[in-house]
Amino acid sequence: MSWGTEVAEGLERLCSAKEVVVSTGSGGVGKTTTAAALAATAATHLDAKVLVLTVDPARRLASALGMAEFGNVETRVEPEAFTDAGVRPEGQLWAAMLDTKQSWDDLVHQHAPDEATRDAILANPLYQNITGKFVQSHDYVAMERLYEIHASGRYDLVVVDTPPTRNAVDFLDAPDRMADFFSSPLLRWLITPYRSRLVSLASKPFYTVADRILGTQFLEDIAEFFMLFQTMYDGFVERARAVTTLLGSPQTTFLVVSTLEVAPAREAAFFLDLLERRGYHVGALVLNKVLPELLLDRSSTDVARTLTHDAGRLAGPVAADLSNDGGSRADGPAVGPADEVSVERMVHVLAQVGQSFLDYQVVARREAEQRSELSSVPDLCLTIPVFDTDIHSLGGLIGLGERLWT
Amino acid sequence: MSRSTLGLLDRRLLFVTGKGGVGKTSVASAIGWLAAARGRSTLVCEVDAKGNLADFFGIGPLRFAPTEVRPNLSAMAMDTEESLREYMRLNLRLPLVARLGPLARTFDFVASAAPGVKEILTVGKLAYEVRERHYDLVVVDASATGHVVGQLASPVAINDLVKVGLVRSQTDWMIQLLTDADTTGVVVVTVPEEMPTTETLELIGRLRAETEIDVASVVVNRVLPELFSKGEESVFERLRSPTGSAALERHVGAPVDDVLAGADLAVRLRRSRVPHLTRLREGLADDVDLLYLPYLFHRAHGVRATAVLADAISDELGY
Repeated sequence: MSWGTEVAEGLERLCSAKEVVVSTGSGGVGKTTTAAALAATAATHLDAKVLVLTVDPARRLASALGMAEFGNVETRVEPEAFTDAGVRPEGQLWAAMLDTKQSWDDLVHQHAPDEATRDAILANPLYQNITGKFVQSHDYVAMERLYEIHASGRYDLVVVDTPPTRNAVDFLDAPDRMADFFSSPLLRWLITPYRSRLVSLASKPFYTVADRILGTQFLEDIAEFFMLFQTMYDGFVERARAVTTLLGSPQTTFLVVSTLEVAPAREAAFFLDLLERRGYHVGALVLNKVLPELLLDRSSTDVARTLTHDAGRLAGPVAADLSNDGGSRADGPAVGPADEVSVERMVHVLAQVGQSFLDYQVVARREAEQRSELSSVPDLCLTIPVFDTDIHSLGGLIGLGERLWT
Repeated sequence: MSRSTLGLLDRRLLFVTGKGGVGKTSVASAIGWLAAARGRSTLVCEVDAKGNLADFFGIGPLRFAPTEVRPNLSAMAMDTEESLREYMRLNLRLPLVARLGPLARTFDFVASAAPGVKEILTVGKLAYEVRERHYDLVVVDASATGHVVGQLASPVAINDLVKVGLVRSQTDWMIQLLTDADTTGVVVVTVPEEMPTTETLELIGRLRAETEIDVASVVVNRVLPELFSKGEESVFERLRSPTGSAALERHVGAPVDDVLAGADLAVRLRRSRVPHLTRLREGLADDVDLLYLPYLFHRAHGVRATAVLADAISDELGY
């Protein structure tokens, strides 16, 4: 083997070199599970301290990691959980969940200039409304928390799951949006004293409209809140810049997770393109829940059609053969010749077998076409087959992760 | 909270929501398609600017002004800035709107700084279309489960936060319209998988705890077909055995293992969904209608898929 010719076939190399892996994709494609599986597998194979930071995980995922539930606090997954899964980990696995409200409170604690301001912000009725309901606030704290954890130097590798945004790229812009928001002339106008605002001619029509729509009192409430918030401006803007820098740095890589259904695949294509244009590092495309290739086989199509059309002709002889030689059940003891196979049932079974193969073939072909249309596929494209079980254990997560690892 | 005895399509305002990836937009468009086909003048509105709804109707990008898709059926995309503009045109008699010129600055403020205003501009526009009877039915491709409660609760939230002003004066009729079960209902779309099932049960709990809005129906989308009865399944298992597949191969005259493996996958996938269906049924109170829509093994997406799904809904509703 010579230098530079080795082609990465899995995420092993990526996870050995990067410090932050961001798992992205549209809703329902399995990005949380992928992130957890990758982190568990990295902790298995690498002598490293690995954290998986998830956003609103399934309870089964928490229990798969051997925890009653996730919290905002980083918690170590007990080594016994690995032992139970029959694995001796080289490293440590830690897990934490994003609690939006708590993370906002932490930020206020951190950036407020003094205790009085801090308490005033935390007690403001608008504060809870905004932190809890601002769609963007979720994205912002996710990225902020990632930065905080990375900057703490506590982990070798942080695998982060991204919030379920309307648009998979929203969270990327969240830090900048937050900085823009704090710098906007509007906000500055809003927090200038009420009286000087009234006499400002330029803003008068606007103010009149805003007042008629929302009422003076509400405007004043908002003004007070933002006046308090403004005291944290420097801290917020500085952090927003730092987060943006981290996302674009060589220590960070992105995984784009998708299924091969039409809408998620389109969004994945869009996202891959956008990441590339902005100069982010795309480590791999992970295609999840993919139907097996055997469904694409053309000679099987003919067989399936024969079964569908000729079930009536085939059922008799096949049933007779089975009844005669007492074909054993796939999952049980051999059954005696006395166990007659009903021809009527056989007709239906053969027709159904053929039809369901053809049905799934339609979907498999659509998936294959979808895959070929993902034009800007990164060098590394990994496929996870559709599973007939949910993952309920650390062993299951590692089993999944192993498919991505090498 | 009042209950309704009306059929799904006989209400006037339906918010279709669900976890991302469950087929929320396809179900919303199919409901609209079906209602229109049954003679009800229908508007379908996309709330999250993802631009998918247009694909489901096979038309170009949607705008705030409704586009006629086919007879009785129109579609629009929500734009809160446009909604505010329309609202002010209708409600502010002063020629202020003209003097304001571009609304961007006002809007920036309203949308970013005032919590709930973006939501109420969305809900308000939809409720307005219903109140003015511009359509028999308005179907909303609403926000995903995480955000829809905030959206639906926004008139009440605004009522609490804003004590005076025009917005305040508008919330009373909106609340009345939204909480009348014969008028407004939420349709929760889900699929028989773990996370969507969990989120659906949580969402219905939250809707009932935090709003007075009726849950009209839970639509279980992409239900995989049951291939075999119990008796047939044992026949299938015998076919899967080495002697069984050898016998079948003899009579078919070609290798059959892949076809049997494909059918086996279909059986196992169907079986893996059963516990989630059970959990969903058990988790829902008896008063929530469940509609089951089959997984559609069709080639197309877009308008053809919408028509096929509309047929499936029609069957399920007993039309």
